Amino acid sequence: MNQIPALIRVFSYLSLLTVGGGMAAFPEMKILTVDVHQWLDFKQLIHLYSVGQMAPGPNMMMIVSIGQWAGGTLGAIAVLIAFFGPTAILAFLVAKGWRKLEKWPWRTSIQQGLAPVSIGLLLAGCFSMAKGAITGTETAAISVAVLLILLQYKINPALLVLASAVVGLFTFMPK
Amino acid sequence: MSDPGGKPALQTTAGATAAPAAVSIFQIFLEFLIIGATSFGGVVPYLRESLVTKRHWVDDKEFVEMLSISQSLPGLNATNMAVLVGEKLRGAMGSIAGILGMCLPGALLMFVVGIFYRIHGDHVWITAALKGVAAAAVGLLLYTVVNLSKKSLSHKFDFVFIAITVIAVNRLHLGVPRTLIGVGLMAILFHYPRKEQKASATP
Repeated sequence: MNQIPALIRVFSYLSLLTVGGGMAAFPEMKILTVDVHQWLDFKQLIHLYSVGQMAPGPNMMMIVSIGQWAGGTLGAIAVLIAFFGPTAILAFLVAKGWRKLEKWPWRTSIQQGLAPVSIGLLLAGCFSMAKGAITGTETAAISVAVLLILLQYKINPALLVLASAVVGLFTFMPK
Repeated sequence: MSDPGGKPALQTTAGATAAPAAVSIFQIFLEFLIIGATSFGGVVPYLRESLVTKRHWVDDKEFVEMLSISQSLPGLNATNMAVLVGEKLRGAMGSIAGILGMCLPGALLMFVVGIFYRIHGDHVWITAALKGVAAAAVGLLLYTVVNLSKKSLSHKFDFVFIAITVIAVNRLHLGVPRTLIGVGLMAILFHYPRKEQKASATP
């Protein structure tokens, strides 16, 4: 069955939810890609997102993998355009208008008001991912360790993710 | 012929934003392609290094301003910044060049990784390693939450809005759009413009 129209519909919708970061859309992404369309399962979604943290560039590039699975190369391209197109056009239009609004007092209100909501959405995405990723004491220890190290030292997060892969290899390999 | 070093600045006095006309569409594409290919572990520091320090395409104040716009709009910081900077330098074509360069390397990489994972994802070694990677990603997200809270919250009551947002999405399952509009409106009204507010209150 041709999945391209569904891919475009889902990812252009998700695109508009990514206020403050890609993770804001994660709860909806899980429902739409896993439960509704069954392009992949929850574990795979978590794995792809996590591996994507080691890739350079925008941190939601795992959407390309989903597009490729569901619709081949064309699916990957469709997803890319659907996910980045709408917000790019919006940013482009706002770029022009926003500068003119410098004196508009509500501009600061909007920025100050959206800040906690976007952080909340990020945290909600984080929790919904943790449901699948934190499965026991060991995984909980790894995430807490990563959090504490990042808070304490200036270290590239991608390196920590890579190091956690090695830790995982030794910890979770069946004997 | 075309000098990629792009040494303009005949008479740059104070503002580093002087000569945007000298930047070609291809230069924009190339610069964002480099950022897109090298920005491991989060794009913002790489963007600043490249756009502010190396190229002087935007100055520091403008950079912070653009970043706060990117943060308030839907869309990822990385791509919104590419659009905003591209627009500033060369209009619509600049935006397209910027976002294409920014996305291309990561997209190609994840295209290949996705295929590889689909074939070998069930291998015990890979499953074990990915379990660690996923746990690390949760830790990284929590760090981002802490970091953003420190940087962009302006009132103690903001933590209540964070809590309401999380409860609405994770417990009440209201969905992201309804939560965003509902709590967003509440929070914006809470931060209504008070008189005598300093215009330069941006973080």
